[in-house]
Amino acid sequence: MKRGAGTVRRLRKLHWADWAILALLGLFFGYVWFQIDGTLKYKWRWEIIPQYLFRYDEEQGRWVANILMQGLINTVRISVLAGLLALVLGTALGLARVAQNLTIRMLARTYLEFLRNIPAVVVIFIFYFFLSEQLIAAFRIEAWARGIARGENAWIWELFFGDMRRFPSLISGIVVLALFESAFVGEIVRAGIQSIPRGQREAAQAIGMTWADEMRFVVLPQAMRKVVPPLANEFIALVKNSAIVSLISVHDLTYKTVELVSSTRAIFEAWITTAVLYGGLCFLLSLLFRRFERAER
Amino acid sequence: MTARPIIEIRGLGKFYDGFEALKNINLDVHSGERIVICGPSGSGKSTLIRCINRLEEHTSGELVVDGIELGEDTKDIRAVRQEVGMVFQQFNLFPHLTVLENLTIGPVRVRKIAKAEAEARARKYLERVHIPEQADKYPAQLSGGQQQRVAIARSLCMEPRIMLFDEPTSALDPEMINEVLDVMVELAGTGMTMIVVTHEMGFARKVADRMVFMERGEIVEVAPPDVFFTAPKSERCRAFLDQILEH
Ligand SMILES: Nc1ncnc2c1ncn2[C@@H]1O[C@H](COP(=O)(O)OP(=O)(O)O)[C@@H](O)[C@H]1O
Ligand SMILES: [Mg+2]
Repeated sequence: MKRGAGTVRRLRKLHWADWAILALLGLFFGYVWFQIDGTLKYKWRWEIIPQYLFRYDEEQGRWVANILMQGLINTVRISVLAGLLALVLGTALGLARVAQNLTIRMLARTYLEFLRNIPAVVVIFIFYFFLSEQLIAAFRIEAWARGIARGENAWIWELFFGDMRRFPSLISGIVVLALFESAFVGEIVRAGIQSIPRGQREAAQAIGMTWADEMRFVVLPQAMRKVVPPLANEFIALVKNSAIVSLISVHDLTYKTVELVSSTRAIFEAWITTAVLYGGLCFLLSLLFRRFERAER
Repeated sequence: MTARPIIEIRGLGKFYDGFEALKNINLDVHSGERIVICGPSGSGKSTLIRCINRLEEHTSGELVVDGIELGEDTKDIRAVRQEVGMVFQQFNLFPHLTVLENLTIGPVRVRKIAKAEAEARARKYLERVHIPEQADKYPAQLSGGQQQRVAIARSLCMEPRIMLFDEPTSALDPEMINEVLDVMVELAGTGMTMIVVTHEMGFARKVADRMVFMERGEIVEVAPPDVFFTAPKSERCRAFLDQILEH
């Protein structure tokens, strides 16, 4: 690392103030520990946790994921699929925000303000009851998924969507989360589009391109490259936000943890384990993205 | 000349919210004519030529290009733009595309010609601007002079009937100006209708059929170069010429 005039000097030695902060932190956690251990008389049972990650299946004769791991895998599935859908919807929304047509711009703006100014949980319930449920009923997704679950190619579907009997619930989780995230993706895409110099658009127009071709061949390819880092960050946010779909009974990691807690009463162990799983997943993702970004340069 | 002018500008005016950038501009340009526009900075030269391919909308008057009156109709606008090539001061090449792709995107996506044909055409025009060997590079790998020549070739690939140049050499290092001007002189030799905003008076003397001097949004003087450079009628034009020819 260079130590130019502009960079902040990083201290290698701890100052007395740092020691004071660490001591205060230590006291705080010590107090919390004392409360849990001493006052609540909490009995730690860490040993029961591993079996809820993986268990040995006697019938199949191998180790299989148990509820916490199933939850984590579902969380990954939901995040990836919702992320892809949010990318598509968000790109459309970003384009709508810079459209020539005033009505389209206003509709996009309204959608965005709606999502920005209403708590996520409320948005999720609204999407769920007003949209997802209706869509699933309208397209007879329940019956269709049950058909697949009984069919021969069920395993391919299950790879992507997990237990097909729970497909409708998973899909509503994905749709709801994607609709929610699309607003943020849309704003990132809009900023990316607007960061492309005016001359680029003028050059496209000067050869007679339509607005759509100008976007498709000139603006978006350049904008998308610019927005990869903020989109990567947004994806990590999405993984964390995906926990709210547990409220509409999607069997993600959070939902499974609630289940585990109610059946075992191992409140602290279960939630700490879940926190570590979420944290580890997001931390891995951020490492991965940072590596990609460095390779890009 | 009796044929209808390829560009007819009648009483053209342009307001930028409150600021009058063009005032009652009248100019006819005939097919094959080469017009050089000069004038002090801010006099409306760019605004005028950008109105011709409707990168700017005029606010009053009439503008007919290749028989099409420019108005709100987007189809008409695109039809005009296909016949009018434009070269910008800042090149504005597409940085995410190779030189060849920069040249073929218009013909393929706008003119809808086959890719192979577009590539053949692109190579022909790269040859014309003397850089056939740069086809597979990206714009950022080229010098300014080379980039501007690619930009010229990109416009030519649309096989337009009119070429507009907005100070095409102003952003270039001095040693690269001539390579671009040479290409433009050669283009003038092919009979292309050209409107060039430039302060390169050597170039103007060589190719211009008519010189146009603008100031404060108005056309002050229109004259053939021999008259323009030796005996300009207006005082303001003379002062401007003295200033730029001094160096
Ligand atoms: N987009 C714009 N908005 C407001 N004013 C503008 C805009 N473009 C140009 N102008 C103004 O119009 C005048 C003419 O500009 P321009 O045509 O670029 O002049 P030139 O090319 O001769 O230097 C200038 O005073 C400029 O400030
Ligand atoms: Mg200008």
